Amino acid sequence: MCPYLDPRSTLDAAGNPGFGEPAETRFSTLRSMVDPRTQIEMYSWMKLARTFDEQMVAMWKQGRGLGGTFSGRGHEAISVGAGLALGRKDVVAPMHRDLGTYLVRGMTPERIFGNMLGRATGASRGRDANLHGVGDLDLGIIGFVSHLPQSLPTTLGIAMSFKYRSEPRVAMTFVGDGGTTAGAYHETLNMAGLWQAPFVLIIENNQYAYSTPLTQQMHAPNFAERAAVYGVATSSVDGNSVNDVYQTCVEAIERARTGGGPTVIEATTMRMLGHAIHDGAEYVPADLLDQWERRDPVANHRQHLLDTDIASEAMLEQVDTTSRERIAAAVAEAEAAAMPDPDTLEDGVYA
Amino acid sequence: MSDNFGFTDTPKSGSRELTYLEAIAEAIQLEMERDDDVLVLGEDVGGDFGGAFKVTHGLAARFGDRRVLNTPIAELGFTGMANGMALMGLRPIVEMQFADFISTAFDSIVQFASTAHYRMGAAVPWVIRAPSDGGIRSGPFHSQNPEAWFVHTPGLKVVAPSTPADAKGLLAAAVRDDNPVIFFESKPLYRSLRGHVPEGEHVSPLGSAVERRQGSDVTVFSYGAMTHQALAAAEQAAGDGIETQVVDLVSLKPLDTDAILEHATSTGKVVIAHAANRMAGVGAEIAALIAEEAFDSLDGPIVRLGGADTPVPFSPPLEDAYRPNADTIASAIRRLSAY
Ligand SMILES: Cc1ncc(C[n+]2csc(CCOP(=O)(O)OP(=O)(O)O)c2C)c(N)n1
Ligand SMILES: [Mg+2]
Repeated sequence: MCPYLDPRSTLDAAGNPGFGEPAETRFSTLRSMVDPRTQIEMYSWMKLARTFDEQMVAMWKQGRGLGGTFSGRGHEAISVGAGLALGRKDVVAPMHRDLGTYLVRGMTPERIFGNMLGRATGASRGRDANLHGVGDLDLGIIGFVSHLPQSLPTTLGIAMSFKYRSEPRVAMTFVGDGGTTAGAYHETLNMAGLWQAPFVLIIENNQYAYSTPLTQQMHAPNFAERAAVYGVATSSVDGNSVNDVYQTCVEAIERARTGGGPTVIEATTMRMLGHAIHDGAEYVPADLLDQWERRDPVANHRQHLLDTDIASEAMLEQVDTTSRERIAAAVAEAEAAAMPDPDTLEDGVYA
Repeated sequence: MSDNFGFTDTPKSGSRELTYLEAIAEAIQLEMERDDDVLVLGEDVGGDFGGAFKVTHGLAARFGDRRVLNTPIAELGFTGMANGMALMGLRPIVEMQFADFISTAFDSIVQFASTAHYRMGAAVPWVIRAPSDGGIRSGPFHSQNPEAWFVHTPGLKVVAPSTPADAKGLLAAAVRDDNPVIFFESKPLYRSLRGHVPEGEHVSPLGSAVERRQGSDVTVFSYGAMTHQALAAAEQAAGDGIETQVVDLVSLKPLDTDAILEHATSTGKVVIAHAANRMAGVGAEIAALIAEEAFDSLDGPIVRLGGADTPVPFSPPLEDAYRPNADTIASAIRRLSAY
């Protein structure tokens, strides 16, 4: 079995996410190339996220789901590449298409499925829906609220707390193309640039905000250019290449950690299913989806590992099988888990 | 109205007279000295300037720019930033330049901060200081009392001190509380109200109402600067032989429901007065509470006095007509006492 697949295998002795050694040492010699071990690991996490996603979509179509949910299909390279680039003490506020980030930080599939199914064992103990509210400060994960783009100022505050305490830590968050048109996005980038906070923002440009294409959202859909005026470093990256996302994030995180200030990374991808489970996305041209299907981040990275002899077919098949088993076990556990006791309704409103 | 709103308090040993504003400033300074995790942020709070009302004057010189952070005009953003800081264990004191501008920060308060602990067990221990209230000819956008929005929001705490001693003690308690606390300061009291304030550490409990005047005929509930109008009204009514009890709610969320019911029951005649508009205001909640829980003890209708259902107008005759005052409260007391 692939040693990297079980999220718990990446917890250190104290149960923290990470890899036993800080990211700085781990990647210091890998500026220009992602090491083979990490490339395999990234495939494992992407495959786990994809398997989770496919299982979730199937369950919701079968009526085994609860409420609505969001597919992150197509976003795996971004969520896994960015999440893995973080160090163990860094903090991240992932969004609704960033399943991979939660997983690599150590949020278990059981807790996420439990959340989606409203179980007492879910990350929010039945308080919040789908990927919303899936947070755990011990894992360095902030659970988002719906209101876009609230995770931006929150994450800036986390970055500013690191600066305040002179800690070499970085705060990262994500925003969709749609989220970049709201006021808090601009307020946050202005302050991040002003104070040169250790803040990394990934813009997941997946071409649509619900049914609204980029052309109807903004006059100038060049995200890196629009962000640069705020005094942040910017990069544009192929959001379907996990290696590119990872390397770009490693550099941005390193810069932020060493006092070099914030970075905004524009990662271009495609939302492969609808906005949410109920949405057939008939408004997306079929040939656009075909074009992006050929660029599928999971399949392409798999092929890359084979082409470069980084992994054998047998090894990757093992990963695929283990992913299926891992997710099946998580679903079984979550479906069997207890619902919250209504007597706990008022628990936890106050600290 | 007599000097100092007719307000007198008894000096305790180790106390001296401060203005309401000086008491707030002292609390901030003491909390910053006590705990390096406490910082101040907001528009114009830093440098030599020290804020639109000078509450934070001198703090930057003493604690440096790191702990007294001047922000751009971005209430939604910097309040959201305070959320992130608080999640990491810092205790930001956020200054709204005027309470009126808090609406700009609404999402950061009522969506993120208020739900974080319920959703993910993460405390958000910030304080927002919001200079509120009118009667000082400041027009619709510098006179508001927006407390009802936040009292309506689970997960928040809301306080509105009426005395210098409470301002100091409650601000210290708010900073130390692990929940988001909105601290409504009364602008009209800043420099015009003086009172005895304990020196050094002084922490008053959040969530407790205080009886400011004893009386057995009628109970008036109020908070913030309106408490002083209620006290003046009680004085007027005393001239007619009506003994009025004045209860300062102090804490609007949580409400001190035990004290409210106890006081309401003791007289059976209840007036509630606040400057915020009456419609769906805090007074409505108190009236409902008493009607539900103490109906049998009532000897007359519950009377609610509050701002008109209009924006807060600027011109003196209009603003005076908008707000309750000692005279309107006194006539409500007289009306009720006839039951
Ligand atoms: C302030 C706010 N308005 C509306 C919504 C409803 N909503 C949820 S996701 C979404 C589209 C977001 O688009 P984008 O930021 O591009 O992210 P994507 O879903 O495409 O990943 C909308 C309109 C919201 N969550 N927040
Ligand atoms: Mg989008």
